[in-house]
Amino acid sequence: MTPMLKTVADATPAADAAPVQIRIRGVEKTFAVGSQKIVALQDIDLDIRKGEFVCLLGPSGCGKSTLLNAVAGFQPPTKGTVAVDGRTITEPGPDRGMVFQEYALFPWMTVAQNVAFGLEIKGMSKADIAARVEWLLQKLHLQDFRNRFPKDLSGGMRQRVAIARVLALDSPILLMDEPFGALDALTRRTLQDELLRIWEEVGKTILFVTHSIEESIYLADRIVVMTYRPGTIKRDVVVDMPRPRDGSAPEFNRLKRELSQMVMEEQQRFSQDEIRSVTAD
Amino acid sequence: MSQANPRFSPAALLRGALVPVLAVVLWQILSTSGLINPVVLPSPVAVVERWWAYLLPTEPYDPAQSSWILWALSGEMLFDAWSSLYRVVLGFAVGAGLALPLGLAMGGNPRIYALFDPLMQVLRPIPPIAYIPLAILWFGLGNPPAVFLIAIGAFFPVLMNTIAGVRHVDGIYLRAARNLGAGKLTMFLRVILPAATPYILAGARIGIGTAFIVVIVSEMIAVNSGLGFRILEAREFMWSDKIIAGMFTIGLLGLAIDIGMNRLNNHLLRWHRGLEN
Repeated sequence: MTPMLKTVADATPAADAAPVQIRIRGVEKTFAVGSQKIVALQDIDLDIRKGEFVCLLGPSGCGKSTLLNAVAGFQPPTKGTVAVDGRTITEPGPDRGMVFQEYALFPWMTVAQNVAFGLEIKGMSKADIAARVEWLLQKLHLQDFRNRFPKDLSGGMRQRVAIARVLALDSPILLMDEPFGALDALTRRTLQDELLRIWEEVGKTILFVTHSIEESIYLADRIVVMTYRPGTIKRDVVVDMPRPRDGSAPEFNRLKRELSQMVMEEQQRFSQDEIRSVTAD
Repeated sequence: MSQANPRFSPAALLRGALVPVLAVVLWQILSTSGLINPVVLPSPVAVVERWWAYLLPTEPYDPAQSSWILWALSGEMLFDAWSSLYRVVLGFAVGAGLALPLGLAMGGNPRIYALFDPLMQVLRPIPPIAYIPLAILWFGLGNPPAVFLIAIGAFFPVLMNTIAGVRHVDGIYLRAARNLGAGKLTMFLRVILPAATPYILAGARIGIGTAFIVVIVSEMIAVNSGLGFRILEAREFMWSDKIIAGMFTIGLLGLAIDIGMNRLNNHLLRWHRGLEN
């Protein structure tokens, strides 16, 4: 269909490729909504290598967040397995730090307390916690906000705190569920750049859910496009462009056009479904 | 920031005072006209005089007996107000102190909820005042039955709100905390409990309001001190001016309790979205 797109299947992995860190095999997830059975995910096979930045892209209802939640351990799949470093996931854990779109900061804790919370659970000493929190606040430019409560912060600042909170755990994997979806375009770009800077510095594996095509091209090593109900993998596209990526470059735009076409096909099926469900009522 | 608070501008104060002043003037005119028996409705001047006398110490100051401050505080009203406040605080502490752990357990654990909910549903609609005969039978007269009644009045609002608060904790906080590795105890103490505090404090406010109603009633029946006792005693002597003076004092104490609760609320919920200042 689009021969210029490099998919993972085409690309022969280099001999020095990093080992697979997240292995998803035959994952299926069904929900019962009333008397209806909804297949949110079907036949998902996906390998994510250590240090890779992978975006899950698709319209609403394509199951990308469901897949992320299965990796996080919040919602175990109906069928199939998710394994991290060879260990099958059964529950959430601090080895897979999650950043939520709604920030999910604890509003009764200050910025510094939010960042320290995971470390306190780990049982780290007070002095170590203080040092690590300080380092993270510096890294995310939050030093001046350490004693503020989340309600007094802008959306962008809140998301910085949420990122600092999961970075504190030093987990090898970061799961991000449309983390910048609620932010304005400029704040979004700033945070994307900071995320890339941090990723390059600390070398985490990132699984990032988004419905923004541009965001996925700007950030990812690989973009996994998903279909709408049942949620399957439509295409697995390698983004082979040096960073920082230029949104006006011809290569960027060609990829954007091709991905748009794929996503819009799914979006149309989503819209038709929505219209059907309304007229059925 | 405080220079232009519109609530306290001279014009606003004047507007706020207009209706109360008119009401007092009308009251004074009615009582001086001689149309109404002063025992039925004493004049506002008489009430204020009586209130002042009620506030002031009864004995003349004697340096040999006590310090000046103790003497100044020895008036009947302050003693009554203190007695009532003491009962409210003690009764509330007992009632809320029992309701909070039970509410947390019931809200957090469906099995405990299923065990206790039927009993609570049966007991909850019984007004605390209906416990008066039983309270006197069990505890006799004095502080114990009063504290018992007040505790019952405070118990149910705190219990119901604590249950609701625990149940309404936003799932996103639980997910975030589990993701950060929180175990059961940490989850309960550092996530569920603080997340439920807005509900719990709302319950505490209703509870202390009920406790204040119950303290006045129980003082009219079971005790020989306190503001509730004093206004009933005044009726025996047909001192209507003292009854009204006592009622004003009850109102002032209620206001003070409410302001205190409000302050506590604002401090404990300083992180909460709804409270911007």
